[in-house]
Amino acid sequence: MFDTLARNFDQIFILLRDWLVSFLPAGMRPVAGIVLSVATIVALFPGLFALTTIFERKGLGRIQNRIGPNRVGPFGLLQPVADGIKSLTKEDIVPVSANAAIHFLAPLVLVVAVFMGFAVLPMGRNMVLVDMDCALLFYFAMGASTELAVFMAGWSSRNKYSLLGAMRAVAQMISYEVVLLLSSVAVVMITGSLSLTKIVAAQDQYTGIFPHWYIFTPWGLAGFVMYAIAATAETNRSPFDLPEGESELVAGYHTEYSGFKFALFFLGEYLAMFSISGLGSTLFLGGWSAPFSFLQWVPSWIWFFSKLMLSIFVFIWMRGTLPRLRQDQLMNFAWKFVLPFTIFNLMVTALWRFMGEGWLRWVVCSALLAAAYGIMARVSMRREHFEPRSYRYAE
Amino acid sequence: MSPVFYLVAALTLGGALTAVVLKNTVHCALALTAAFAGLALLFLGLDAQFAGFAQILVYIGAVAILVVFAILLTRGSETPQGSVYSRYSISGLVAAAAVFAVLGWAVLQSAHMLPNEQAVPMADVHDIGVALMGRYVLPLEILAVLLTAATIGAVIVALHEKEDAK
Amino acid sequence: MLGEGILKGMAETARNFFGSFVSKERLTTVQYPEVRETLAENARVFPFLVYDEGMKDGERPEWQAGLRCTSCQICEKECPPKCIFIEKSKDKKPDAFGKMQFYPVRFDIDISVCMSCQICVEVCPFDSIKMDKQFELATDDRFGGLLYDVEALARSNSYYNDIHPTEAAAIDKQRAETKVMLAAKAKAASEAAAAKAAAAAAGEGA
Repeated sequence: MFDTLARNFDQIFILLRDWLVSFLPAGMRPVAGIVLSVATIVALFPGLFALTTIFERKGLGRIQNRIGPNRVGPFGLLQPVADGIKSLTKEDIVPVSANAAIHFLAPLVLVVAVFMGFAVLPMGRNMVLVDMDCALLFYFAMGASTELAVFMAGWSSRNKYSLLGAMRAVAQMISYEVVLLLSSVAVVMITGSLSLTKIVAAQDQYTGIFPHWYIFTPWGLAGFVMYAIAATAETNRSPFDLPEGESELVAGYHTEYSGFKFALFFLGEYLAMFSISGLGSTLFLGGWSAPFSFLQWVPSWIWFFSKLMLSIFVFIWMRGTLPRLRQDQLMNFAWKFVLPFTIFNLMVTALWRFMGEGWLRWVVCSALLAAAYGIMARVSMRREHFEPRSYRYAE
Repeated sequence: MSPVFYLVAALTLGGALTAVVLKNTVHCALALTAAFAGLALLFLGLDAQFAGFAQILVYIGAVAILVVFAILLTRGSETPQGSVYSRYSISGLVAAAAVFAVLGWAVLQSAHMLPNEQAVPMADVHDIGVALMGRYVLPLEILAVLLTAATIGAVIVALHEKEDAK
Repeated sequence: MLGEGILKGMAETARNFFGSFVSKERLTTVQYPEVRETLAENARVFPFLVYDEGMKDGERPEWQAGLRCTSCQICEKECPPKCIFIEKSKDKKPDAFGKMQFYPVRFDIDISVCMSCQICVEVCPFDSIKMDKQFELATDDRFGGLLYDVEALARSNSYYNDIHPTEAAAIDKQRAETKVMLAAKAKAASEAAAAKAAAAAAGEGA
């Protein structure tokens, strides 16, 4: 009886949707169901975005020995409402020499591309909007479209600093996109499918009380770390936020945007953060599966969103800890450290796959990855040897 | 021939036409991106999911950006001084129409030579992977070598420029 | 090891985050304006003019009669952004030591220009211009609200003692000693004059 209760609570949103849709004639039911699911996603994630902005400001404040906003509402929790009203009522300034059509379209393309990514994330048991065979490829295709929107924004502003920010942002996003894809390919190799539901199902098994999450394997841990680095760089988050650093290029590619369009860029960035964290937890952290086998009575969507929020907190934590990387440091890091390590990880994953079950593959793969990390770390941390500086003074 | 197909075809053709008509080169690149998107939608309409999404990922995510970067880093971003149409535009139009007529006739003639398939063959990603690694592994490896050569060439060209600048 | 610095940094920020809930030194925010922190004793914002209390003049109000400023205009000349405007008087009035001094008919400081460098305080020979500590001076009168005239700038010596106790006490001690010295000198001079007059009278008599 407890089991059926747990199962019903797990599927509560599916049951709710089916019940609401049953009021309509049978012909309209599939469409209405899809529309309802889409509306839920479109309403839920911006709501989560509002909550995240206040958590970020207060979390960063506490890390920096100060309180965050605390005047609007109890503990400042209504601050996003104030921010929203401000964004909506600010004057929408479009520079005279800007390309009006593209200037208008850029935030739209960004937000639409980011929202599309949510369609394939499995947010709970049976809770995927679209269960596709190549869901992962669809997700990355939508991620690639966001780069185009960034470029459109920077170029259409007719501002050389915006253009510079946009080119830097696109260069950064392209470099780390390769890393993102390659670290996901390791997961695909082991699972044998591009479908995200199959990937989660493969991780939803338990030996004893421990789950089969890919992060608990040596290649999964390495892959997750590389994926996390690439995800931080893809969404232009600290420490890779040079394109939008306030002290560097004013606001980079969204300098010339004000009011609602700027709010859309902000929304797009945070939503991209959510969807990439969601994908990361799906690929490496087991998606909606519980961390221990005795915790399976907790609904699956609670696990998914907990992992999502945990990733967001880690993003905020990293933002409060690390200084910004310079553009050339960032690109060097991508091409000279992260990418070779990810390719090596791919080879180790292949070795894992073909070594067969047993303790030997754990030892061999861990040793190989640790050795590779150590060697690469040693090579990349070698400092240039500077000679003592000599000065000549004017006579 | 559903209305969706007509819409997507209009998007593709419109994008391609706009790409050759507009003055500003970056506008042309963005119109070309719309044409790519139309192509991807056509693939998806034929249930070729892998091809469609790979089209978006590769063409819109990489090729379009490459085109735009190339335009910005060379002098193509300056607005042209005179007209974009060359003096031989009429003969060019005639040649293009002739080529299109030949291709169209060839396609329509070959339509009745294909086997009459009742259902669209479903090729999921697994089948594509098996085919790539099995039957078509040689073209795949040749493509890989070609891409590697292109990358090395690009690096060498950029390297030489840096040494020249010194 | 690569990545060690990042982990140490993250540990420190986590310590900051959790520590800010429990310890005061990891959360230094003050809820202004409900709570105001006290400024240091030597904090400075904008200048003001000191007047000695208890100077009765009959015609002039207390702050004008006791104003230490003698309109020497040194501060006006030394002020780097030239925010002081002084107009000297034509006549002289007695100061706290009884000496006849000029006084300022106009003494304007434009605090929107003043950069709080304290040079005027350093060069004043009469301890008459000192730095105040009030900073909540915002006004919505754009055309004169930040131009302070001599009446707005004059504050009493006891106010000066309130805000800068140590330096005001030192200055008061010095001024008291000067007063004593002047009184002694005056007494000696009057005694000498009386002795001279007595000698002159005795010389005439003899």
